[in-house]
Amino acid sequence: MEIWYSDNHTDNVNFSIRINRQLFSAKSEFQRIDILESVDYGKILVSDGDLVFTEKDEFIYHEMITHVPMAVHPNVKKVLVIGGGDGGVVRELVKYSDIEKIDVVEPDEVLVEVCSEYFPEIAGSLQDKRVSVFYEDGLRFIRSKTDEYDLIIIDSPNPFGPGEGLFTKEFYGNCYNALRDDGIMINQNECPFYEEEAYQCQRMHNKIVKTFPICKVYQAFIPSYPSGHWLFGFASKHYHPIKDLNKVEWYMKGIGTKYYQPKIHAGVFALPVYVEELLKNVE
Amino acid sequence: MERKNIDKFAQQRAPIYEALERFRRMRIVPFDVPGHKHGRGNPELVELLGAKCVGIDVNSMKPLDNLCHPVSVIREAEELAAEAFGAYHAFLMVGGTTSAVQSMILSCCKKGDKIIMPRNVHKSVINSLVLCGAKPIYVNPDVDNRLGISLGMKVEQVEKAMEENPDAVAVFVNNPTYYGICSDLKTIVKYAHKKGMKVLADEAHGTHFYFGENLPVSAMEAGADMASVSMHKSGGSLTQSSFLLINKGINPGHVRQIINLTQTTSGSYLLLSSLDISRRNLVMRGKNSFAKLVELADYARAEINKIEGYYAFSKEIINNSSIFDFDTTKLSVHTLDIGLAGIEVYDILRDEYDIQIEFGDLGNMLAYLSIGDRRQEVERLVSALSDIKRRYKKDKTGMLTQEYIPPKVVMTPQESFYAQKESLPITEAKGRICSEFVMCYPPGIPILAPGEEITGEIIRYILYAKEKGCSLTGPEDEKIERLNVLKAVKTD
Repeated sequence: MEIWYSDNHTDNVNFSIRINRQLFSAKSEFQRIDILESVDYGKILVSDGDLVFTEKDEFIYHEMITHVPMAVHPNVKKVLVIGGGDGGVVRELVKYSDIEKIDVVEPDEVLVEVCSEYFPEIAGSLQDKRVSVFYEDGLRFIRSKTDEYDLIIIDSPNPFGPGEGLFTKEFYGNCYNALRDDGIMINQNECPFYEEEAYQCQRMHNKIVKTFPICKVYQAFIPSYPSGHWLFGFASKHYHPIKDLNKVEWYMKGIGTKYYQPKIHAGVFALPVYVEELLKNVE
Repeated sequence: MERKNIDKFAQQRAPIYEALERFRRMRIVPFDVPGHKHGRGNPELVELLGAKCVGIDVNSMKPLDNLCHPVSVIREAEELAAEAFGAYHAFLMVGGTTSAVQSMILSCCKKGDKIIMPRNVHKSVINSLVLCGAKPIYVNPDVDNRLGISLGMKVEQVEKAMEENPDAVAVFVNNPTYYGICSDLKTIVKYAHKKGMKVLADEAHGTHFYFGENLPVSAMEAGADMASVSMHKSGGSLTQSSFLLINKGINPGHVRQIINLTQTTSGSYLLLSSLDISRRNLVMRGKNSFAKLVELADYARAEINKIEGYYAFSKEIINNSSIFDFDTTKLSVHTLDIGLAGIEVYDILRDEYDIQIEFGDLGNMLAYLSIGDRRQEVERLVSALSDIKRRYKKDKTGMLTQEYIPPKVVMTPQESFYAQKESLPITEAKGRICSEFVMCYPPGIPILAPGEEITGEIIRYILYAKEKGCSLTGPEDEKIERLNVLKAVKTD
């Protein structure tokens, strides 16, 4: 028997993975959640038919969205993770003993339960005593926060659907307001390759550029994501992503990683020509 | 409002929709209009609207009835609508609520007749007076000085107008105003009927009163004689479709004749079927949908008021007189305290946050919530308002509020509209009689109407509204730099 799961990268491009079996399927108030077991990618988390992450390559995304700002900001005490009920970002954050408080805002309680059952090595991080999970709408949560966080990581699935509000100017504006004077905001900035996603890349970048004084985009290679080429946004009130990198300090912390290391830090901000142009057009 | 005698089984039918379905299955060969012939002659149109949609864009014919003289399926749809709204009869309208308002006034007033009305009516009301030559007797609405909005009519003022004008034939009432404010309609009806006057209600913003609970009284329930109901606003039908409702005591045959004076003879079946389906939807699901809508609006108000600086007002403004009741589905927000005019917030929301709201005036903005809204969009609106405050908040000194300027009516709208006129720069028009409308659109409530004197106060108001970015319409001169005024009469 053959079972193939196809993630639609565009209307005309599919990314197909052979599946051993489906481990879980349910509809929550917000989405349909599926967990599949694959041959080459391990367990896969799927939301409304779209691939969220695979066990095989999730470390790339979660490390890159976390360690890049953590190696720049010298004194992160309080972090907000928007989305991220799967615990991937938090797993990376709890490696830092200096962090005092991590707030996770995840609207879907079912997602958190399911992940803690099927991905205990990832979602287990949410049990860390510094972590508080708020089951709330991210946009609503952040409205009432002012001057509170050193780092905000927006780990939101995609700009179409229930998470749409997390890709808006009003959201970035409220994040700005919730950050301290030297705060950093990181967002997943989609893939620059396919037309529809590239357009979303531009829209996001444009909105962030209008909100923050320092905005740079960096990249990573994530095989299971559309085109494999993924962007992240680094938006900051004070620290420059490259000039303020403190390699020694980061090495001193002894953080174990599989993808990120300060050696690649400046490199990930060096973008291909077409990506640079794409972004420049909206700056 | 729950009417006990409504036949929920019969209300499950949608006769026009069903007739269109039968028609589609018969695969009739069209040798009649429209010429696109189910879209075959216009492929781009099909691409845009879809084959199903152009396939039911058909002409009146025996199996589909005729809007000008309904005898079968349109007739049935009218009867079902009348039952759903608790009316004696309902007319399906395809020329917007404007045509319904026009038909109400033309049914009751003829040249020289007096009609009592608040001045904050939609322009379609005064336009109808241009058509029929009736004379408006304005009841000046109360104004809330903090919010700067025109309120409803006080019963005492309406009574006074009736006593001063015992020959008036009708009273016109907004139920509710754009901002959701209701006058004491029941009492106004009681007094008017005692004096032999008809009561006409503009319910462009009140469709949901007929289906939701804990909402202001609907015109038909209050005993008004006629009501114009914008089904396409809170009722969910297609833009331009509307209902005209009448109560017992109004002759439906006469109203039909009046409607046919100006209504198209090629009524669109897209609009008609959308009325039919929407009526069914509201009967079946309206109570729940509107309860959820009120909950969502209450939530939005609470969140907006938490931001501080904005005031999303609700039932607390009720004063049992000029604000007899308030429609809690309306999300009106006073913005002046953050130093921005409502119209400025309206523009910022659209240009910078990709959020389109219904309108902004000098002191307020109105976000239109409906049965199609979800919590997530409301979160966006509230967050955008919070971010706008962070970025733009300034001192409000020097900001004008919307003021109500009592009009000086010199002659009837019809006389002045057709009189000899000349064009003057707006700043030189002081003291002259205007022969055209000036209004911000939306909301479309005239600042000046034909036959009114142009005062210095009005000129200043128009110039300020222009500068703040209000979209002004009405005058022949699109830039609103000149106004048409009545030609000066030589006195020598």
